[in-house]
Amino acid sequence: MKMIFGRPAGLTDTKQRYCPGCGHGIVHRLIAELMIELDIRERTVGIAPVGCSVFADEYFNCDMIQPPHGRGPAVSTGIKRARPECIVFSYQGDGDLAAIGTAETVHAAARNENITLIFINNAIYGMTGGQLAPTTLPGMRSTTSVKGRDIYKQGYPIKVCELIAGLDGPYYLERVAVHTPKDIIKTKKALKTAFQNQIKNNGFSLIEVLSMCPTGWGITPIDSKKWIVDKMIPYYPLGVFRDRSKEEK
Amino acid sequence: MAEKKLIYGNHAMVEGVISAGCRFFAGYPITPQNEIPELMSIRMNEEDGVFLQTESEIAAINMLFGAAAAGKRAMTSSSSPGISLMQEGISYIAGSDIPVLIVNIVRGGPGLGNIAPAQSDYFQSTRGGGHGDYYTITLAPNSVQELYEFPKTGFELAEKYRNPVLILADGLLGQMMEPVEFNFEPVDPKSLPEPEWALSGCKGRERRVVRSYDLRPGKLEEWNWRRYEKYQKVIAQEQRYEENYCDNADLIMVAYGTCARVSEATVKIAREKGYKIGLFRPITLWPFPQKKMTELAKKTKHFLVIEMSLGQMIEDVKLYTECRSQIHFHGRPGGGVPTPIEILNKIETILGGKK
Ligand SMILES: Cc1ncc(C[n+]2csc(CCOP(=O)(O)OP(=O)(O)O)c2C)c(N)n1
Ligand code: SF4
Repeated sequence: MKMIFGRPAGLTDTKQRYCPGCGHGIVHRLIAELMIELDIRERTVGIAPVGCSVFADEYFNCDMIQPPHGRGPAVSTGIKRARPECIVFSYQGDGDLAAIGTAETVHAAARNENITLIFINNAIYGMTGGQLAPTTLPGMRSTTSVKGRDIYKQGYPIKVCELIAGLDGPYYLERVAVHTPKDIIKTKKALKTAFQNQIKNNGFSLIEVLSMCPTGWGITPIDSKKWIVDKMIPYYPLGVFRDRSKEEK
Repeated sequence: MAEKKLIYGNHAMVEGVISAGCRFFAGYPITPQNEIPELMSIRMNEEDGVFLQTESEIAAINMLFGAAAAGKRAMTSSSSPGISLMQEGISYIAGSDIPVLIVNIVRGGPGLGNIAPAQSDYFQSTRGGGHGDYYTITLAPNSVQELYEFPKTGFELAEKYRNPVLILADGLLGQMMEPVEFNFEPVDPKSLPEPEWALSGCKGRERRVVRSYDLRPGKLEEWNWRRYEKYQKVIAQEQRYEENYCDNADLIMVAYGTCARVSEATVKIAREKGYKIGLFRPITLWPFPQKKMTELAKKTKHFLVIEMSLGQMIEDVKLYTECRSQIHFHGRPGGGVPTPIEILNKIETILGGKK
């Protein structure tokens, strides 16, 4: 029998431990497929964050490192500068990238560091049990904002792409989502652009992925997809926020 | 004979790092060690190396983590508050068994403290410093010559044991000018082999993972016990010290770094006055030269510990003299530097009048 759909060689055989309906697994698969399609798996070093995807270092079939919470961009910088021939990607959640690791994210972007950041925005702290994230929407419930995010006491969410787009440094910034097959295809294209930018030594790319966390949101996987459409996308509009390949032409 | 040159301690350190084959530096400015990154920025450029002025010490230590995990010799330098910020990163590096070199030009603390020379980071350096069960091998130079030599020694120890190494000095040593003998052949970074754990892309081999976590029941305990064995090996093999007139001394001063230099001057004056004084200088602060310390305690009545702190190394001296001797202390915390006369007065008080 001919196999027409299987596990991409960019993933290990390890069983993934994500919840049903979680967005992490989808994005993992896309990265894994791209490592093969772009023929970069054997020169890639990936960074697994602190968060639900800490186990990414078991899942991606390439060299991997697991640094402190939020420091992926700094560790990526170290690897890339030490071994420019390697392709380096840092996979991070919103707590990791936009709270504890904000400084490292902003400065790697400002340096136009030749690395790829993959930013999973699920508007919640998944790993630690659903606390308020820097991206939790106004009025959205979390275990540390049980009546909903109070913007007067807990401030406003951080729109990472818009924030980073204020810098001259970064080469490519795009926000995508993974709640429909069409969006998944778009996400893959965005990730491909990001990796190609690095291969061509163009510099810093950040792909923000609006991603489902049914467990943290306390709703079903089906409702989570609807929630992305109804709540997330209106606040976090999809699109390209920076593409210096266009500016340079 | 090798070439000899009169240079500053900080500059000797930079040349020592370059000669050790290190081509990766990341750091954040802080007094009193700014001459190191300043000169490093020029030298790394000349040597086709990497120099990164980072957004914080947190970023710096994590860049080191990345570069060293990629199998390259990598170092940072900072001073006390900056080293405090690095502790989480150092803990991860130790927990991932990755070799790096960290220089701490210690200044007065706690808090912002001041920029004067100090030795008040001894506990932090020799007891791990960050969270979890680990140690950093800690070297304490006391001359410009050693500032030149210890980076190479440091990298060799770091790689031999796959462990972070700290060089502990202070602003006085960094600002001091002394003749240095460039007494070893500079290491060509290209001659350094890729370690069998380095991240470089998995072409032609199994993929590699650098991590400090293991959630499987009992596994992390196993890892820690393996690291314990490594530490026992370091303790058995790497104790370094220098002794000066320690045989038949009535009193032995114990001091490292700048305090050892001051104590050297004290030995001279005291001996001229007829006191039988010795000086024991730990060169490795971790592992502490405990074997020799215990041996000396068997035949010496008094030890005088001299530190630029409220007394931190004194705890190791007490531990390894095993209650055999009387332990005295002369300390200058908060950026104070002891003088030979001060120490001599203390000695006279202990030994009772002129001899
Ligand atoms: C220094 C430090 N602080 C806090 C934590 C605890 N912690 C682990 S994961 C996490 C939040 C992760 O959330 P996010 O980045 O949004 O990823 P997700 O789990 O949602 O995928 C926190 C706070 C830690 N491991 N280290
Ligand atoms: S808690 Fe959320 S982010 Fe974490 S695995 Fe479950 S669904 Fe995914």
